[in-house]
Amino acid sequence: MKKQLFILLFALVPFAAVAAPFPEQPHSMTPDLQDKESLQRGMQLYVNYCMGCHALEHQRFSRAANDFGMPQELVEQNLIFSSGLGFNDQMHIAMQPQESEGWFGVVPPELTLFNRLRGPDYIYSYLLSFYRDPSQPLGVNNKVLEAPAMPNVLEPLQGVQEMVCAETDQPVAGQSPDPLSGKYQSCDVLQVTQPGSMEPAEFEEAVYDLTNFLAYVGEPSKLQAQALAPKVLIFIFIFGVIAYLLKREYWRDVH
Amino acid sequence: MADNGVNKGRRRFLVGATSVVGAVGAVGVAVPFVASWQPSARAVAAGAPVRADFSKLEPGQRMTVEWRGRPVWIINRTPEMNERTENLDPGRLSDPDSNEQQQPSYITGPLRSIRPEIGVMIGICTHLGCSPLYRPEPEAAVTDNWPGGFFCPCHGSYFDLAGRVFRNVPAPTNLEVPPYRFEEDDIIVGEDEEAV
Amino acid sequence: MANPNKAKAESGIMRWVDDRFPATQMIQDHLTKYYAPKNFNFFYIFGVLALLMLVNQILTGVWLTMSYNPSAEGAFASVEYIMRDVEWGWLIRYMHSTGASAFFVVIYLHMFRALLYGSYKAPRELVWIFGMAIYLLLMAEAFMGYLLPWGQMSYWGAQVIISLFATIPGIGPDLAQWIRGDFLISGITLNRFFALHVVALPIVILALVVLHIIALHEVGSNNPDGIDIKEKKDESGKPLDGIPFHPYYTVKDLVGIAVFLFVFAVVIFYFPEGGGYFLERPNFEPANPMVTPDHIAPVWYFTPFYAILRAITFDFLGLRAEFLGVLAMGGAIAILFVLPWLDRSPVKSMRYKGWLSRIALLLFAVSFVVLGVLGAIPATPIRTLVAQICTVIYFAFFLLMPLYTSMEKTKPVPERVTG
Repeated sequence: MKKQLFILLFALVPFAAVAAPFPEQPHSMTPDLQDKESLQRGMQLYVNYCMGCHALEHQRFSRAANDFGMPQELVEQNLIFSSGLGFNDQMHIAMQPQESEGWFGVVPPELTLFNRLRGPDYIYSYLLSFYRDPSQPLGVNNKVLEAPAMPNVLEPLQGVQEMVCAETDQPVAGQSPDPLSGKYQSCDVLQVTQPGSMEPAEFEEAVYDLTNFLAYVGEPSKLQAQALAPKVLIFIFIFGVIAYLLKREYWRDVH
Repeated sequence: MADNGVNKGRRRFLVGATSVVGAVGAVGVAVPFVASWQPSARAVAAGAPVRADFSKLEPGQRMTVEWRGRPVWIINRTPEMNERTENLDPGRLSDPDSNEQQQPSYITGPLRSIRPEIGVMIGICTHLGCSPLYRPEPEAAVTDNWPGGFFCPCHGSYFDLAGRVFRNVPAPTNLEVPPYRFEEDDIIVGEDEEAV
Repeated sequence: MANPNKAKAESGIMRWVDDRFPATQMIQDHLTKYYAPKNFNFFYIFGVLALLMLVNQILTGVWLTMSYNPSAEGAFASVEYIMRDVEWGWLIRYMHSTGASAFFVVIYLHMFRALLYGSYKAPRELVWIFGMAIYLLLMAEAFMGYLLPWGQMSYWGAQVIISLFATIPGIGPDLAQWIRGDFLISGITLNRFFALHVVALPIVILALVVLHIIALHEVGSNNPDGIDIKEKKDESGKPLDGIPFHPYYTVKDLVGIAVFLFVFAVVIFYFPEGGGYFLERPNFEPANPMVTPDHIAPVWYFTPFYAILRAITFDFLGLRAEFLGVLAMGGAIAILFVLPWLDRSPVKSMRYKGWLSRIALLLFAVSFVVLGVLGAIPATPIRTLVAQICTVIYFAFFLLMPLYTSMEKTKPVPERVTG
């Protein structure tokens, strides 16, 4: 029996060995789909700050409302701005691709599956890593994605972030930490230089909510899967035990 | 392989238990497959309530809106039309009091409507699904002493202006009345009155 | 011409059926009087599991077809439609996409079992050949199925594989264009792959599975000792080391099925993407013929052969490296078909073969896994060298087999099966 387990483990090694994680990002977050309030706040932020340009072509308002426990009327009054969109519709946008291409040089992608493509850390880090850079056409740059085609729409919330020389907790290559503070000296530290409407911690929470919402949108069925899985697994386990007893009973005959 | 010493009872019990649990599992697996034939979220979205502005509908006229792929008639009935309908001999009708479940519970009376002048019904003959023709005037003389109503060209069924079916025609029941409610100058078809 | 000796029920409805259709006879032939060796071990579950996965793929596949839209404009969106709007569509889709990977896990272990215990050797050559044909068609089936979601990896994976045909000298480019039906992979290609994936290949695979099982039940199952149990029978003609498939192996297989389903359900519910190996991440972006993803890797079950393809980096005998790579990849699969005639050992099972065979099989298995890993990650010069070494081992395992199996000293095979 032990030998068999060993063989099985051996067969699984190649997967574990090369399991491809998303590329490392400066910040990381773990989505929590059970946190309905975070998801509601995230959806509100998305509708207010992102949906001008980025559609969610496959996400229906009604599905999110059901999953987040929001009544229809509340959604219709606070989250659906376009008169052409109904409660059961997907989160389409009115902006025409030709227009946006003229404004930004690219068509803003629709983001339904963006989390599954890039992972939550990417979205979270990207939204936190904008900084003022006058050399860029839009006046901002981003540490995660060089020369973004997108303005920092969250700047009113975050405040003006700039790249400065300062102490940092992040290890810097070729530098040993200061023996007293344990910090490093670096000249690409992002710092808020003019406050926005939110405190930095508050802003990070808002970006968490927004990322959490996009993680939900990537795979809403995850909620159903998580709810169903324990029942199915317990059932299969019980079936397995009974089947094993049956097998043992019959195999008494075999010598 | 010796048959002696076999505990037949235990064996039968375990076979039974495995079969029952296995059958429950099979039913469990079948559930998603069966349920996936339900109308999808897209179908539900497409079948959402429709809003119709009837303020421009002249007395005696009919307009048609589409709801869930079926024609829904909205008729602006004149007092004369209603009088003819209400004075119709109930003996000529199959179900004059609308006992069959062909309308929401709040649709009652001979006119089968919320407001007497506004009739709303699904324009599909209850016989085999053709869409009947609008024959509101007695002159159309679909049958003797015609009170005005609908005539189905497919198999000759006819209904009065409230959608009630006459006796001795192929259609078995009155025309279906969809759930609907009023909101200012609009009718919202597909939503019950008490839903809001 | 009814055979008067056919087994028939005494009376009742079964008798009525038996007079018209050999139901009782078939149940006896394949279940209640099909004698299987009593010493099957863990490796013998994978045949039944492969059958289970085949049923799973067909059932979920039929249901997916009900909501899938096989057009370049609609395919990607219709998969998301299934994942979101169709009730339980997500579960059915994951059962299918994860099922494909589970199917190959099972098939690879099933094939490894055959290598381990010599299940391909006489008189089971046809069982092996039918099985290999199933494997080949399953790869075609999986490849065509992978195009259907019409994501970036679907598109570019298909692009790479179809381009393989273009490397054939002379006719190549025309052949690739004929397969695509267009100058690039387009909705036309998608439509024909869809037809083959959902209709043509499943029919052929099902027929081959029937042949595989008929051939197996004709000669009887091998076992970990590689002994023919039919040589030792009791006075009533039953093999002494055999037990009826039903009930003994049906109840035993139920346990294996339960264990397998548990693992399968864990993956479906918690890791449907398989860490990016069952559903590759670029496939969450619709196909775009203008932009290639950073790194194209086939799905994991193709990666060993993909690594062999990439390992050939040199021209040889006036043939270009690309074409040689295609030949090597095709050869790696083709050589499996002639395996029964390469093994010259007097014994079947690895238990009684010599240490040369054991080392050969170990090296082969390791190199196959290493190739699988290398095929999934970007190539570097050192990795290419490793892939080349593994490719040599892969082929040496087969080509040297006639030598080392006839040279080595084998152990005596017992008369009766061991535990």
